[in-house]
Amino acid sequence: MNKIVVGLLCGLILGAIDGGTAWFYPETRSVIGGILVGSSIKGMIVGLLSGWFARKVESTKWGVVVGAVVGAVLGLLFACLVAAMQHDHYLEIMLPGFVTGAIIGFLTQTMGTPAWRRAHGTSLPQSK
Amino acid sequence: MDVSDSVLDHLRRVAALPDLTGTRYELETEIGRGGLGVVYAARDRELDRRVALKVLDSAVVGEAQLIARLEHPAIVPVYETGTLPDGRAFYAMKLVVGARLDHYAAGPHSMGERLRVVRRVGEALAFAHARGAIHRDLKPQNVMVGEFGEVYVMDWGVEAVGGTPAFRAPDAHLDQRSDIFALGAVLQFVLSPNAPPALRAIAAKAMSADPASRYANAPALLADLERYQDGLAVEAWSEPLWHRLRRFGARNAMLLWLLAAFAAVKFLLFFLRNL
Repeated sequence: MNKIVVGLLCGLILGAIDGGTAWFYPETRSVIGGILVGSSIKGMIVGLLSGWFARKVESTKWGVVVGAVVGAVLGLLFACLVAAMQHDHYLEIMLPGFVTGAIIGFLTQTMGTPAWRRAHGTSLPQSK
Repeated sequence: MDVSDSVLDHLRRVAALPDLTGTRYELETEIGRGGLGVVYAARDRELDRRVALKVLDSAVVGEAQLIARLEHPAIVPVYETGTLPDGRAFYAMKLVVGARLDHYAAGPHSMGERLRVVRRVGEALAFAHARGAIHRDLKPQNVMVGEFGEVYVMDWGVEAVGGTPAFRAPDAHLDQRSDIFALGAVLQFVLSPNAPPALRAIAAKAMSADPASRYANAPALLADLERYQDGLAVEAWSEPLWHRLRRFGARNAMLLWLLAAFAAVKFLLFFLRNL
């Protein structure tokens, strides 16, 4: 499984979990479906970008950083969208998005097949 | 005139010095006694390099031919075999500058370095066994660690004369499993007294009195060592639950911290909103 697919799957699952925790706020239960969809899409975008980064750079540290930053930025965008509907939830969206992005970044670095292994099989190419 | 024992020993050694007439070598000094012969440092006049010269007590060159067939980074290469004017067989091999494993293990080397040496020995055994060769006398004194960390296994195919009981399998017939026993004993030798139970279990499995209970071959033992170094469970040890959880935590520390951070953020936001 390549790292982009890993990112998409992890982003979908973690995004759904992140969105699902909104159920603990009674005022959001009426729109929980929309929150779940939006959060899952947000997670998949983070996963896609983190997976793409993981194919280019093999570094757990930078994978976590990139995932966290992308998660925070997308969280800000979504929070602005929600704020436009006159519901102010910047902290509730950005902070978990930041941590979820970090987790997705970590998972895309440690799981999935690295790009070089997909190109050359299970062993490094022999020098001639 | 009485002659002391030390003088007699010296005279015997001088008398036993090999006559290298007709060879390309110049004798330097005796460096050890192993297997069925004596090992000397010598100089190859033609290639202007130092070599180790093993002069065998008998005319049998089987040991040299055995080693010469085994081309492996951890098996000392044989350059030449021949017969001295006095009829004794000899072979010239790489002169390894370094320390015997028994001396190396007494030094301040990390567990990782010690396991690396044992794994190199195991790889040499695996290579030799795959080609039908058996060491028969594997022990720390027959393993050299070079000055740059290279590992060489010496004295192949020579059954121990006396030998070191701790490294000799109790088997009636020496075969590959006897070498596995010896490899386990070497592993146990390099481990510190407070070594992890997984490593001690690997050594104990290799050193089982029943050959059928040992690792089937050297690659199986090496695979267990690799699993240990990768933080995975080893076949030799059925670890208790708390140890399995601790190992899981150690391998996945960052993930667990991130998940804990996620839960903490969620709880914090929930309580802040409900204050």
